[in-house]
Amino acid sequence: MPHRPILHNRVALLLAAAIAAAALTLPFLGFAPNRLLSGRPVALWAALVGPLDWLVLLPGVVVLAVPFLRPGRAVSAAYVAAGVLLAVGLVWLAGAQAARLAANAAPAARTSFGAGFWVMEAAALLAAMDGVRRLGLAPAWRIAVGAAAAALIGLLLASGRLDQLSILREYANQRDVFAAAVARHAVLVAAALVPTLLIGVPLGVLAQRVPRVRRAVFPVLNVVQTVPSIALFGLLLAPLSALANALPGLGIAGVGPVPAVIALTFYSLLPIVRNTVEGLDGVPAAVREAARGMGMTKRQIFWKVEVPLALPVFLSGLRITLVQAVGLAAVAALIGAGGLGAIMFQGLFANALDLVLLGAVPVIVLAVAVDAALKLAVSLLGRRAA
Amino acid sequence: MRAGSTTLRWRMAFLTDRLTLAVAVLVALVLGMPLLKPLFAAAFPTLDRPLYEADSFLTLTLDHLALVGLSSLTAVVAGCAAGIFVTRPSGAEFRGILEAVAAMGQTFPPVAVLAVAVPVMGFGAQPALIALTLYALLPIVENTVAGLEGVPESVLESARGLGMGPVERLFRVELPLAAPVILAGVRTAVVINVGTAAIASTVGAKTLGLPIIVGLNGSNQAYVIQGAVIVAALAVVLDFGFDRLAALSVRWRRG
Repeated sequence: MPHRPILHNRVALLLAAAIAAAALTLPFLGFAPNRLLSGRPVALWAALVGPLDWLVLLPGVVVLAVPFLRPGRAVSAAYVAAGVLLAVGLVWLAGAQAARLAANAAPAARTSFGAGFWVMEAAALLAAMDGVRRLGLAPAWRIAVGAAAAALIGLLLASGRLDQLSILREYANQRDVFAAAVARHAVLVAAALVPTLLIGVPLGVLAQRVPRVRRAVFPVLNVVQTVPSIALFGLLLAPLSALANALPGLGIAGVGPVPAVIALTFYSLLPIVRNTVEGLDGVPAAVREAARGMGMTKRQIFWKVEVPLALPVFLSGLRITLVQAVGLAAVAALIGAGGLGAIMFQGLFANALDLVLLGAVPVIVLAVAVDAALKLAVSLLGRRAA
Repeated sequence: MRAGSTTLRWRMAFLTDRLTLAVAVLVALVLGMPLLKPLFAAAFPTLDRPLYEADSFLTLTLDHLALVGLSSLTAVVAGCAAGIFVTRPSGAEFRGILEAVAAMGQTFPPVAVLAVAVPVMGFGAQPALIALTLYALLPIVENTVAGLEGVPESVLESARGLGMGPVERLFRVELPLAAPVILAGVRTAVVINVGTAAIASTVGAKTLGLPIIVGLNGSNQAYVIQGAVIVAALAVVLDFGFDRLAALSVRWRRG
């Protein structure tokens, strides 16, 4: 590949091309007479009414210019800002156009995001990610950029400027159901975490010290992890129903939140046990030796040396567990556990696509937020140790 | 075939035990489920229909496998191609962003990705296929990059010294050395896809999840058990199969 000094950033060029292609060829929004019909396409140019609307495209021009500018921190910073502003601006534009369309339409009409919006939004966020990477920021700062983008979109949501978009119209109808579902989702994940930690951490410590336990535990947990969630929920159904019939009054049932929490615990054990073992394995023998030489007791060595050193690896196990549990809790709605999955599956079974999004999008947001929060914890911990 | 392959085969036959047993259990369950009807009738006397008979379990299993197989194969081809591209000098610029996307995408719960595919693409097997393919791409890309990146520079240097061109180096040195890591990514993808394909019954794809969903919605526990047992057996068979492949790939790597 010959060196071409004119192009300094082919990633930005590709993303700018994707944005331009999506803007010109794909529908930005869909406008439907009611929530069950599919809509007619609304192109991006049709949504550009006032001068403020055109301003939304400015960051897109910046992304297009980046490949031709001499690389440097200022260019990369502008690149990040352009990505974030374009991502937020597109959401704002969609909301503004939805409000304009709603003003001249029947109350049942719905405006939803089109394929063009999704492609441009994804490309804009990728541009921000690429820029952040080029700036060489520490993980904590990367997460801060993501949080800033999320906060700006959150502000738009709170200001009511997006209220005419179909997903928010659906939310307005389901406000109480939605709040209860989010709470239930969090409770399911948290309730599974308690037994997971109570069993998983001691089991991990034991497995790290006793090779026989290690050899016995991992094959079992690996097979459990292999079994698809929907199958495990199904397999727990009959024994738990039988148990509920045999021992009424214990609050056990074949369907509902209890079997969901039991199944979530089974899945959550593997990452916790594995990372507890790996974390403790990673403590250098020389450090243990030195601690012993200083006259520390076994208990002191464990709490003051091993635990702090194993903590980052353990926390990344906790991150995997929680992200996984957020997704599995959505599947648990199929056995009547409630949560955001209930909204999602209700939408799928009733062919109400806005309802599907109202359930699925928060599940994704929740998983990404949990992931970012724990990554931040690990990186802050690492900095303190350094 | 090379010398000593008989002893190798014997050793393999010993290793296969677990896999053959699992396959036998799966086949028996898929084909023999109708024979268990009296058992389910006895266990659930209140049910009018104690056996799921709307589709044969064989059809559902084959459809399930087709969905998982097609999505995984597409993802292997596209994922390996992308992984190879970004580890060449001409594509190196795209490596960081590709890795970031693969890492971030894997935090998205598969069930949510599947659900989001419906508003974009409608109901049926097609959105399921696309959602499964996209999701399978992530671990495969991640591991292809990690595997190729893990090939020691000294080994590449010797290959260059032997006069190997870039293509020959890729196929005869880099890919064999990276194979176990790539395979681990494929395994992750397939295991996730088996589960997601089961849930895809809720978006209109006919898979082994269908008896489970129908049973859950109609309070028919027998249906749920029948579907769940076969899905679980299928997942375990594939997992054991990948164990075998992993052993083989390590051997291939040693040459």
